[in-house]
Amino acid sequence: MAAPMLWWCCPGRRFAFARVGCGSWHRRGPPTGSTSTGKRGQSSVAQQPHITAQKPRKGDREWAAVVGLEIHAQIASNSKLFSGSQVHFAAPPNSLVSFFDASLPGTLPVLNRRCVEAAVMTGLALDCHINRKSLFDRKHYFYADLPAGYQITQQRLPIAVNGSLAYSVSVGRKPSQMVTRTVRVKQIQLEQDSGKSLHDDLRSQTLIDLNRAGIGLLEVVLEPDMSCGEEAATAVRELQLILQALGTSQANMAEGQLRVDANISVHRPGEPLGVRTEVKNLNSARFLAKAIDYEIQRQINELENGGEILNETRSFDYKLGCTVPMRDKEGKQDYRFMPEPNLPPLLLYDSGSLPSGADPQQVINIDRLRERLPELPRVTRERLVRQYGMLPEHSCALLNEVGLLEFFQNVIKETRAEPKKVTSWVLNTFLGFLKQQNLAVSESPVTPSALAELLDLLDRKAISSSAAKQVFEELWRNEGKTPAQIVAEKKLELLQDPEALEQLCRSTLEAHPHVVMDLKRGNPRAINKLIGLVRKATLGRADPTAIKEVLERQLSS
Amino acid sequence: MWARAVHLGLRAAARGRRGFTSKADPQGSGRVTGELIQHLERLSLVDFGSQEAVARLEKAIAFADRLRAVNTDGVEPMESVLEDRCLYLRSDNVVEGNCAEELLQNSHRVVEEYFVAPPGNISWSKLDEKQPFSHH
Repeated sequence: MAAPMLWWCCPGRRFAFARVGCGSWHRRGPPTGSTSTGKRGQSSVAQQPHITAQKPRKGDREWAAVVGLEIHAQIASNSKLFSGSQVHFAAPPNSLVSFFDASLPGTLPVLNRRCVEAAVMTGLALDCHINRKSLFDRKHYFYADLPAGYQITQQRLPIAVNGSLAYSVSVGRKPSQMVTRTVRVKQIQLEQDSGKSLHDDLRSQTLIDLNRAGIGLLEVVLEPDMSCGEEAATAVRELQLILQALGTSQANMAEGQLRVDANISVHRPGEPLGVRTEVKNLNSARFLAKAIDYEIQRQINELENGGEILNETRSFDYKLGCTVPMRDKEGKQDYRFMPEPNLPPLLLYDSGSLPSGADPQQVINIDRLRERLPELPRVTRERLVRQYGMLPEHSCALLNEVGLLEFFQNVIKETRAEPKKVTSWVLNTFLGFLKQQNLAVSESPVTPSALAELLDLLDRKAISSSAAKQVFEELWRNEGKTPAQIVAEKKLELLQDPEALEQLCRSTLEAHPHVVMDLKRGNPRAINKLIGLVRKATLGRADPTAIKEVLERQLSS
Repeated sequence: MWARAVHLGLRAAARGRRGFTSKADPQGSGRVTGELIQHLERLSLVDFGSQEAVARLEKAIAFADRLRAVNTDGVEPMESVLEDRCLYLRSDNVVEGNCAEELLQNSHRVVEEYFVAPPGNISWSKLDEKQPFSHH
């Protein structure tokens, strides 16, 4: 039984793997916000019994869900796909628009080399076949933010096809039980972004800003190999990390650099695929899984109630938490695809086929791009596990936060503490403080050097781990002091004199005969009381393990 | 709309291009139906408006149909007449833009450096009004 599962770690932190039990779906009580479905005329009492329990009842048949994705990623380039106007997120309206972007007559598209390279690199990273020849087409539809009345895209022959994207899901209670799932990449194509519409319902008008019109997009089409919201969200997250590692897109969903549409259908296992709906406007990482799961459940409920699924386009309403049909789409769209007459085919080469004497600026060599590919997230995670002996979920966590991996590696470089210690401090203490104050790694008041120095002190046993935490808090206040200075100021050094410790232990034992008797009678918690008392006496400057060892030795003699 | 009353004797152009769907009557029964005209008007926002316009369409299709007289067995269709030209690749530099004022001059209505468009999408029904964007 399925429904999307709990995050096993801090809520709000999404790793590129998920705990998944997406195996099968069952009928549930009507999701909130849905319009009432089911046979007309029946009272709500006569409808299905409301099921909130998630265990399948006897005789309850299973459903399987099928999810495919169309992901649009804005290419990280200086200028647009077919014109030399700037690509930038926030700018005065219509200030980053060239004559071509505004579709003035007499203008022609000129392809941006960087965008082609970005597409090839992404295709290589996703194990696609790169088409040596690809073509541009026009997709016609009318909308005020599409000044030309058509979008230049690659419908017939895209730049890359037949790849795959791997992501990790955890399949048991233990985080260590993970499997790799893959989703096939149908194709990657280059296309133009449209402008932005701002709807002013009050004055019954729409305001158009064409700054975004013409920005290069990579459309990545994922086959319907996923079976629930969680898998889809994880795949998207992994794609995000790959694009960011490649530098081909910043893939920031909040800034609209990564947009996802989902194609969803349900069917009984063993039977043919059901009618699918397209859910658009999934532009938040947080709601992606939720929206997809809602739609799956809505379709199941609809079919269980004897209704049917329309092949329609729906939108996710964030406020209501449900999908709703999109008003604008009447019937099937006919995009009247035609070849883009102003652009010859795009030809790519490899080292073997490079035409001799060609201007290097005018040819793209796939082999050269392949050589220059940076390390991909999957490889990085495996390397971290191998190199530092950390758990896979730790390597995931390190990659999940911008700048965290670099921070971690800088600390490792400067400290002699064990990698496991560094991992623990970075992921627990450091990251914890960042999250508490909602800071990015780049805004951290603690530098890698400072943390490295602190860990050295800990490693040398100059301070206890609780003292180290105190020092860290001080460092966070960013008053310019080094860990060593803080330790000296607050007198946090561990007691180095073993004789002094022996003395303190002995005097504590003498001062608390009741506790000693309690211990001798067999109360295991008494030893902790004694340790606590000694610690107080040492003003926190003795390591609890050392204290315990001395006390036990003294008690047994 | 004029479209509804139209029935013409016409051989539809049924040459399906590779990769694209053809909306015309594949069997070439010779009719451009009123339904087809309506559909085309909706898609292209072109108002056929009169019998002459539809007749012109019919003549254009017949003219294009003469291509069928050429035997193209075994000949690979061209993508475009530019297909053996070199596709020029531009360097990724910012060389244009920053002309909002100039561009906005082209718009009938502007609000604070935004172009103004009617709400929602451009619908077919707007063709009934003469110039939907001009009166405000």
